[in-house]
Amino acid sequence: METVTRRRPPAHTRYVEFVIEGLIRLSGISSIVFILAIFVFIGKEGIGFLAGHFVEMLTSMDWSPTAEPPVFGLVALLVGTLWCVGLSLLISVPVGLAAAVYLSEFASERTRESLKIIIELLAAIPSVVWGFIGVMILNPLLQDMGAQVGLNGLNGAIVLALMTLPLLVSLGEDALRAVPESYRQAAVAMGATKWEMVRRVLLPAAQRGLLVAVLLGVGRCVGETMAVLMVTGHAVRIPHGLFDPVRTITATIAAELGEAVRGGQHYQSLFALGILLFAVTFVVNLTADFTLRGRRER
Amino acid sequence: MSADRVISVRGLSLWYGAFRALDRVDLAVVPGEILSMIGPSGCGKSTLLRCFNRMNDQPYVRTEGDLEVAGYDIMAPKTDVLALRRDVGMVFQRPNPLPLSIRDNVLFGVRLHASRTPKSEQEGLMQDALEQVLLWDQVKDRLHDDAETLSLEARQKLCIARLLPLKPKVLLMDEPCSALDPNGIGAVEELMGSLRGKYTQVVVTHNMQQARRISDRCVFMLMGELVELGATVDVFTRPKDERTARYIEGRYG
Repeated sequence: METVTRRRPPAHTRYVEFVIEGLIRLSGISSIVFILAIFVFIGKEGIGFLAGHFVEMLTSMDWSPTAEPPVFGLVALLVGTLWCVGLSLLISVPVGLAAAVYLSEFASERTRESLKIIIELLAAIPSVVWGFIGVMILNPLLQDMGAQVGLNGLNGAIVLALMTLPLLVSLGEDALRAVPESYRQAAVAMGATKWEMVRRVLLPAAQRGLLVAVLLGVGRCVGETMAVLMVTGHAVRIPHGLFDPVRTITATIAAELGEAVRGGQHYQSLFALGILLFAVTFVVNLTADFTLRGRRER
Repeated sequence: MSADRVISVRGLSLWYGAFRALDRVDLAVVPGEILSMIGPSGCGKSTLLRCFNRMNDQPYVRTEGDLEVAGYDIMAPKTDVLALRRDVGMVFQRPNPLPLSIRDNVLFGVRLHASRTPKSEQEGLMQDALEQVLLWDQVKDRLHDDAETLSLEARQKLCIARLLPLKPKVLLMDEPCSALDPNGIGAVEELMGSLRGKYTQVVVTHNMQQARRISDRCVFMLMGELVELGATVDVFTRPKDERTARYIEGRYG
């Protein structure tokens, strides 16, 4: 009589299995490897400079890396970055969240589908093209509104807002649609209007996801380079009004790295800027993380 | 509306597209009673329940006939649906507390419909509602906790409690116990019993024994038709209709 044995796969199958599993594992940890590698390479070039010029970078308003003696003041660049990002969020967050609410709660199925396609198209526009729009369209428009120079902080903020909107809308919509239908039913059955349901139930319930959407938007804004390089006016100064030109950290790196002598002080200072950029995004993410944790533990 | 009926249904038919879900239903519900609605899946009992607070308002739904609930002419397009839903509360199959604190769940309706209610009065309303659902002692020290930290049974009680501060006339319950374990079922049934007389309760249930335990009168429905309506005892022991008898014996459904 034949005994039943557990099927044992042939040797080559086990071999293939082993290789595939290894590859998958490798892909899984690759992101950590990449992050660490970026850390190491940027750190290697910039950390020495950062340590030597730390006080100067954080106190001086002036960024003149090629002057004699050179001045490496980060303040104006940092303010320029935060200025553009902050202004753009003032535009993109309300509009983006409102659009997300509209798509998820008010639009008909057909409208939603067609709008989502258009929003995805918007997301696919390269940033240099957004730069063009800023230069060709917003620039004269802002001058008509009274700006001396059309290439300024507001221009950059509008361009950044337009660029982050698709991200905010689609992530925001996902967050809202992830709210269980039973919450909507409960609120509606208690006599809430649609808007009351959105405001009192949906937005609080989707808070987490919406915050994540906004943060990814912030990350996108802080890191955006080409468009802001083209439209912000590239002036190292603290803005005093909406129409003042500014310069961001990213634009500085992009514009100057090509002409800096490799290994020289200027070169290293740009890597130091990179480290600080990294630090800014890190702090933003960390803050968000703590806020979320705080909310959950309440 | 006469004083002896809080819900009055006359010749109500309803279609989902081309499918007829309710077929000329007549029904009168007496204030303060617990009325159960039984019948196999798809018989129209939930559909009928959802007519009572107009949760069936969908473009593909068509209705015909007269329906009056708590003084509202349900079919009239001008009816104030929000006020109707204030006076006619609904409890769902799966407990669905809102993602808020226990306290804010109970006061949700007050904030929607009577936002001017003074804070001190709100506290009283909340405590009263939680006491009525026999939950106060369990939650009085953790009113700020998330409602979702409660057990399934307590959540369902909370879902009943959040209707009470608005002094509803009717509570509609759509299989309120089907997600609960036997202890939870017992507790919620006890609660329904304690609310008898104070509120009119219409309960859809799959569980015939439950209908028998809790309700004063019972409706048996089949394929959109109201087959039998009578005192629960009579429906279960001396059904008038052959179809009711066979359902109760467990021949189908």
